[in-house]
Amino acid sequence: MGLVTPQRAAFATPLALRSGASLPAFELVYETYGTLNATRSNAILVCHALNASHHVAGLHASDDESEGWWDNMVGPGKPVDTDRFFVVGVNNLGSCFGSTGPASINPATAKPWGADFPIVTVEDWVDAQARLADRLDIARFAAVMGGSLGGMQALAWAIRYPQRLGRALVIAAAPNLSAQNIAFNEVARAAIMTDPDFHAGHYYDHGVKPLRGLRVARMVGHITYISDEQMGERFGRQLRDGLNYSFAPEFEIESYLRHQGEKFADYFDANTYLGITKALDYFDPASASGGDLAQALSPARCRFLVIAFTTDWRFSPARSREIVKALVDNRRDVCYAEIVAPHGHDAFLLDTPQYHAIVRAYLARADEPVAG
Amino acid sequence: MSYSTRADFSTIAGWIAANARVLDLGCGDGSLLAYLHASRGAFGYGIEIDDAGVLASIGNGVNVIQSDLESGLAGFDSRSFDSVILSQTLQAMRHTEQIVLEMLRVGREAIVTFPNFGYWAHRAQVLRGRMPVSTNLPYQWYDTPNIHLCTVADFDAFCAARRFQVLERVVLHDARRVTVLPNLFGSLAIYRFRQGDAA
Repeated sequence: MGLVTPQRAAFATPLALRSGASLPAFELVYETYGTLNATRSNAILVCHALNASHHVAGLHASDDESEGWWDNMVGPGKPVDTDRFFVVGVNNLGSCFGSTGPASINPATAKPWGADFPIVTVEDWVDAQARLADRLDIARFAAVMGGSLGGMQALAWAIRYPQRLGRALVIAAAPNLSAQNIAFNEVARAAIMTDPDFHAGHYYDHGVKPLRGLRVARMVGHITYISDEQMGERFGRQLRDGLNYSFAPEFEIESYLRHQGEKFADYFDANTYLGITKALDYFDPASASGGDLAQALSPARCRFLVIAFTTDWRFSPARSREIVKALVDNRRDVCYAEIVAPHGHDAFLLDTPQYHAIVRAYLARADEPVAG
Repeated sequence: MSYSTRADFSTIAGWIAANARVLDLGCGDGSLLAYLHASRGAFGYGIEIDDAGVLASIGNGVNVIQSDLESGLAGFDSRSFDSVILSQTLQAMRHTEQIVLEMLRVGREAIVTFPNFGYWAHRAQVLRGRMPVSTNLPYQWYDTPNIHLCTVADFDAFCAARRFQVLERVVLHDARRVTVLPNLFGSLAIYRFRQGDAA
């Protein structure tokens, strides 16, 4: 992909949020890859999940190790082929990678928003992304795609803006979170909010960060991203240095999780983590129709590709099949692939050949018209 | 578009109403659905378990859902399709009766095609003491996926015992219809049937 430069779009019109609050003005950071064609019909929007950003592919000039989070998927000749498509990656509202979020300045107080930053939902993100599409003069995306929470955004696009996308690729996602999913999120939030450095979310004012809580939050989350099988294979009961009869990390899995937690806390913001886990918990398009997902998806007009991974226990294949069934009930065009992969939820970021071949084959026909 | 057309396709297409909703079980590379879409304007889905088949179906622009037929059709509501098709797959299934009942739950009608084990050349090979190998049964006994082979007479009896109403039965050889002693001279059987009135 080569070097890419993030861009910034400022929006002065307030954004009404689902909570009833509204953002008076906001900025979105985004990147684009490839070239928008003359008919502006070859754009693909890539939506990110919990910890990622607008930086989908390529490298930033200042940093050799800044490869985009989906660089194996998006680029010249890759399954999402930037020789053919104009790909847009956008950092969601409430994030900590440049778009307006809790660390941004609240115009009302001239101080960082902190805990006062409104909770933004998946639908709010999608509305903001639609504003960016307007700005880029993209009336309709050839496809909107994402994995995990990104897949939920693709689903929300299909419902909220049915005329503005040709295809939705919903990968390793779910129609809503299970009680167990919410429970893990709550443990993560409790870890952050009980950190003495949290200061009720206004830690920026105190010049500290609730790093310990954020590390533990990531450790908990990380467990849910990997399959038991994969964790067993990579770490098993291996010890770093025998048993010392102490509470220091002794098992390899302990030091691995701590490392993941530390790495994450170095670059991520605790308020963003709180907000995004809430967006996950709240996502439930069927709630407005008494739990009837088919009814919730009835406005959708695009074609769908739903992909799940066999060992994903965070958003299991059964959850993806709920989406597929709701689409079949609506007689929408839908393909469903269940990829055999040992990695668990993280498989959506990896390059299992069947997975990438399916995305490539599906997008190869992305210029076909869709009957409304 | 790259897909094969098989001898049973045109017969099946003749039994599909224009713009019908169809479900093709064991759809392979999606050839039949693509054919039915092109020839009859049919809309539907294929079910396939094999990775290569799923990928090929997607490449052919066919709606394919990766799933194991042996576990039934739980993802589909009753009476949600006009026709449910099982083309040359019945003989390779473990839960033969269960899938036929599922087809009749999900669809108004079922279309089943299978290689006729009663074809004379198959009988001749058995009489000579060997398991049959032919165009429609191209496998050796040790590598065949076919575990529930049957004859036209067997399937007639199967339907009669369950009071299925056979609406049409066509037996082919070399893509031509066989009307004289079809269980002897036909190598490929195609049935269209539904639940009997009592059911």
